[in-house]
Amino acid sequence: MLKRAAVAIAVLAIGLAALFWFITAPEPLAAAQLPAHSPDPVNGERMFHAAGCSSCHAAAQAKGEDKLKLAGGLELNTEFGVFRVPNISPDPDTGIGGWSDLDFVNAVMRGVSPGGAHYYPALPYASYTRMRVEDVLDLKAYMDTLPPVQTRVAGHALRFPYNVRRGVGLWKRLYLTDQPAVELAGGNDLALRGRYLVEGPGHCAECHTSRDFLGGLKPDLWLAGAPNPEGRGTIPNITSGDGGIGGWSEGEIAEAFKSGFKPDFDTFGGQMAAVQQDLARLPDEDLQAIAAYLKAVPPLPDAVQRPAGGS
Amino acid sequence: MRRLMWGGAALAIGIASTVAVATEDPIATRKQLMQSNGASMGAAQALVKGEVPFDARVAMAALQNFEAVGYAFGDYFPPGSDQGDTRASPKIWAEMAEFQQYVTDFREDAAAAVAAKPETLEAFQTALGPIGENCQQCHEEFREEN
Repeated sequence: MLKRAAVAIAVLAIGLAALFWFITAPEPLAAAQLPAHSPDPVNGERMFHAAGCSSCHAAAQAKGEDKLKLAGGLELNTEFGVFRVPNISPDPDTGIGGWSDLDFVNAVMRGVSPGGAHYYPALPYASYTRMRVEDVLDLKAYMDTLPPVQTRVAGHALRFPYNVRRGVGLWKRLYLTDQPAVELAGGNDLALRGRYLVEGPGHCAECHTSRDFLGGLKPDLWLAGAPNPEGRGTIPNITSGDGGIGGWSEGEIAEAFKSGFKPDFDTFGGQMAAVQQDLARLPDEDLQAIAAYLKAVPPLPDAVQRPAGGS
Repeated sequence: MRRLMWGGAALAIGIASTVAVATEDPIATRKQLMQSNGASMGAAQALVKGEVPFDARVAMAALQNFEAVGYAFGDYFPPGSDQGDTRASPKIWAEMAEFQQYVTDFREDAAAAVAAKPETLEAFQTALGPIGENCQQCHEEFREEN
């Protein structure tokens, strides 16, 4: 009898393990799913700035040409452990110089490595999954032109259970979607372009939206601010609700991204300073599109209590 | 004579109480100083963008204020004032010398701009450039965005 129970438990455990293995399997694109596309590195550069790749993959506070050296190495101290930002320069040994187009698209849009393992969503593929494949291919064409840097970055140091990479598959089942986060009923082309830039490459929600206990974004608090993942304080509410940027006109939002001066002639600070410097490289129409979208999202009050501004 | 003495005493008390208020609430004081900088930058940008016609006196008022703020601002970060209603990064107190160097650079760039006495919009833009970069760089490193 006891033996039977043991066998039953063993069978159940194996079944659960098999189920876990099955539902956490990475789901990369197949080569046949890549569209025929002749890559445009000029659009790729635009995507590079919109996506803010330098903010994490270049050295901290890098300026000018140094922002194009994507050697990684930055350490992100989070509640899950330490993430170490990888080298994504085109160095064939220590960077991603040896990657195929398919490898790149799967990494950026599916969070799957060339070896078929999950990446952690510290790489914001939960946003990049909304990108057009063509834009991602253009991005790779541009990044292939950047200087290779030979630097080997150590792996992440995460706590259990987060160090079980396969578990990321569960996270993807819960949170990975290529559908827009905000319905723009009757949205005009400008706002729709803005939605693409903000929700896709710009990955604004990754910092500006609060997360649940598993680290998934809370869609009902979209862009309404969040705790600062890199320290104390908060990331601001960028909807037009209470505490947000309702007082900024579309023109003022676009101008702030371009010049670095907000409507009260304060400059951007903290992590947003580097983001603004990237956004300033986008054409005016893209900045206006982002502004149009931010004015169109549902206005929400601050999701997190924060001090009234100042220095 | 007596009147003058009373006047002097009143003035002294006035100054003393200003200082007392400032040291009692360094956070509020440094915010006021930054808002004053923001107002000057607003005027400066209005000139640069051509929203108002260039006027050398307005330009000089902005530059003079930047320099004056540069003399005072660094004094309002005493130990303990990292706590409270502030966006100042705790890094300021960990790397005080580096932070104060930014303030000094800001003041010196402002002083150079004042000394240059810009009479044209082009000259003013040239003088203003490094000041704006100081703002941006120091905010990137030493101020939180919340």
